[in-house]
Amino acid sequence: MITKQNRLLFFPYFIWVGLFVLVPIGLLIYQSFIGLDGGFTVANFVTYFTSTTYLTMTIQSFIYAFIITLITLCISYPTAYFLTQTKRKDLWMLLLILPTWINVLLKAYAFIGLLSQQGSVNTFFDWIGVGRQQLLFTNASFLLVATYIEIPFMLLPIYNAIEEINPSVVQASRDLGANTWETFRNVIFPLSLSGVRSGIQVVFIPSLSLFMLTRLIGGNRVITLGTAIEQHFLVTQNWGMGSTIGIVLIVLMIIIMAGTAGRKKGVRR
Amino acid sequence: MGDKTIISFKGVHKQYDESMILKNVSFDLEKGKFYTLLGPSGCGKSTILNLIAGFTQVTSGDIVLDGKKVNALPPNKRKVNTVFQDYALFPHMNVYDNVAFGLKIKKLPKDQIKEKVTEALRSVRLTGFEKREIAEMSGGQRQRVAIARALVNEPEILLLDEPLSALDLKLRTEMQYELRELQQRLGITFIFVTHDQEEALAMSDKIFVMKEGEIVQSGTPIDIYDEPLNKYVADFIGESNIVDGKMIKDYKVEFAGKTFDCVDGGMPDDEPVEIVIRPEDFVVTRPALGDLTVIVQSQLFRGVHYEIIGEDPEGNEWMVHTTRKAAVGEEVGLAFEPRDIHIMRVGETETAFNARLAEYAVNNGSSVQEAIDTEKGVELNYDN
Repeated sequence: MITKQNRLLFFPYFIWVGLFVLVPIGLLIYQSFIGLDGGFTVANFVTYFTSTTYLTMTIQSFIYAFIITLITLCISYPTAYFLTQTKRKDLWMLLLILPTWINVLLKAYAFIGLLSQQGSVNTFFDWIGVGRQQLLFTNASFLLVATYIEIPFMLLPIYNAIEEINPSVVQASRDLGANTWETFRNVIFPLSLSGVRSGIQVVFIPSLSLFMLTRLIGGNRVITLGTAIEQHFLVTQNWGMGSTIGIVLIVLMIIIMAGTAGRKKGVRR
Repeated sequence: MGDKTIISFKGVHKQYDESMILKNVSFDLEKGKFYTLLGPSGCGKSTILNLIAGFTQVTSGDIVLDGKKVNALPPNKRKVNTVFQDYALFPHMNVYDNVAFGLKIKKLPKDQIKEKVTEALRSVRLTGFEKREIAEMSGGQRQRVAIARALVNEPEILLLDEPLSALDLKLRTEMQYELRELQQRLGITFIFVTHDQEEALAMSDKIFVMKEGEIVQSGTPIDIYDEPLNKYVADFIGESNIVDGKMIKDYKVEFAGKTFDCVDGGMPDDEPVEIVIRPEDFVVTRPALGDLTVIVQSQLFRGVHYEIIGEDPEGNEWMVHTTRKAAVGEEVGLAFEPRDIHIMRVGETETAFNARLAEYAVNNGSSVQEAIDTEKGVELNYDN
C-alpha cells in the first residue's frame, strides 16, 4: 500500500536518483552526440564502432574482466563452500571481509610496495637466489591485484547462497542415496547459483572499467574502457568521445545484468 | 522376533555436547509394521530417526539393521528413506525430478525411472503433477511428493519425522488414513515420529512412549491407552482423570471415599496407588444410580460430545465426556464398570508392570487384557 505518507518518505530518494543518476546519464547521452566542434553529430559512435583501436580496447576490457571474474570465482566458490562447513564461520568471514574496509588506493599502494624492484617479494627472490624480477607493471600483477580486490565481493554472495540452503535438503539428498560429491553437484551447486550470478555481476561489471589499477599496477600496459574514458575526459578533453564510451559501457552492463539474471523459476521458496 | 526383526537398538546412548539425548535405548522392530515414537519435543524421538537414517552416530551402543551392525554406515548406503518434517523437497527441481532423484543417482535406465516415478505419483494420487514446480504445490501435495520421493526407492524402512504437523486438521486426518493404508498395501516398516497422541493411536501397530531420552512404555495403542504405566503416559496419551487411591486388597480399590471393585491385583494390601478413569468411560445417570455423584461445575460443547467438569463430595474433579447434556450446578451420578478403573503403581517400571499384568491375568483365570481390548475397540474407533 503506497499511502501519501509513504510517498513523502520516498522523496529524498527520488531527488537522489534524479540528481545523481538520471541527470548524469541524460548529460552523458547528450554529450555523446556532441562532436569536437560542439555541433550535434553521431560521429563519435561511428568512430567507436569503426576504429580498431576502440574495438580492440573493448575486447581487451572484456577479456581482462572475464579472466578476473573467472579466477575470483574459482578461488571464492571453494572458499565459500568450506567456510559454510567450518565451526567459527563468522570469524573466518570477518577476516575475509576485513580487506574491503580499506580503501582500494591504499591496497594498490601496498601492492606497489610489495611488488616493486626493491619490494619484499623481490628481496625474497634475491635471497633464495632467483634474482630480482620485473613484477610490477605486468599483466600478471594487474590480474593478481584486481583479483585480490574483487574476491570478497564474489565470496559474500556465494557464501550467503550456500548458507541459505536448507540443511534438510542436503540430508534428503544423502538419504536418497547420493554421496557427498553427488549431493554437491545435484543439490548444493544448483541451489547456490543465485549467489554465483550476483557475484559475477558484482565483479565482472566493475572490472570492465577498472582504471586506477591499470595505471598503478598494470603500468598502463592494460588499457580498459575505464582508462579510455578517464583519458578522454581529463587528458584529450574529448568529452564527446568519453561519453560515447561511457554509453557503450552502460549498455554492456545492462546486457550482462539481463544475461546473468537467470530464470526466476524454482528459485522461489 | 528373530527372522522378522528388521532393526534393533542395543543399549544406545547419544550425547550432544554435555547433554544425554538418549539413555540406554533398546528395542527390536519387526518387518512390515507401523511403529510410532510418541513424546513431547526434545524427548529424543527425532534423534532415534536420525540414528536410523545415519545422519548422526551413536555415542555408545549398537544399531543393527537387517542383521548387520550399521553404526558408522553413511546414509546413502542404508536401505532407509526419510520423509522430513519440512519435506525437504529440492526447490530447483519439479515434481518429477524430485521423485526421480534417488533413481537417477542409482543410474537406472530412463524408461524404468519414468515407469517407477509415474507409479509412485499415482500411489500418492498426484498423477498429472509431474511438471509442476514445488513452489506451486500446496502443503498437502508437497507432503505427498515427499512420500513418493522416499517410497520410489523401495526402502525397507520408511522414517517419517512429524510429517503431518504442518497440515491443517482435516488434511491431517485424511493423511493419517492414507499413510496407514499405504503402509499396509506396501508392507514396508514405517517408523513414525509424532507428539500427537491421536495420530499415534490411529495409525500404529505399536507405540513407544518416550520421555527425556528413555522409552517409558511400549505396546499396542489399546494397551497403552487402557493400561498406562504411570501418570506421565496416562496424561500424554489422552485426557484423563487421575486421582490418588489405595489398594485395599486384590480387585478392591478405594478412592474418592468409597471402595470399588476393580480388575487389578498383584500388589501388597493397602498400597497407595493412582487411579485413572478415562472421561469417555463415565455414563451420566441419576445420582442414585451412579457409582460417584458429582456437582456439575462447567460444561463445554466440544462438537461430538460435551465436556463436563464435576466435583465429588471429596473435592476431586472429574472430567466427563458425554453426549448427554447436563446443567451447571446439577447433581448427577457417574456410573462406570470395574474394568474402567485403571490402577497405576507409583514408580513401577515397564518390566515389573508387564510381569505383574501377566501374573494376575493368569491367576484370574481369564485374560483381563483381552476382555478390555474387545470392549474398548469400539470406543477407540469413535475417539479417533
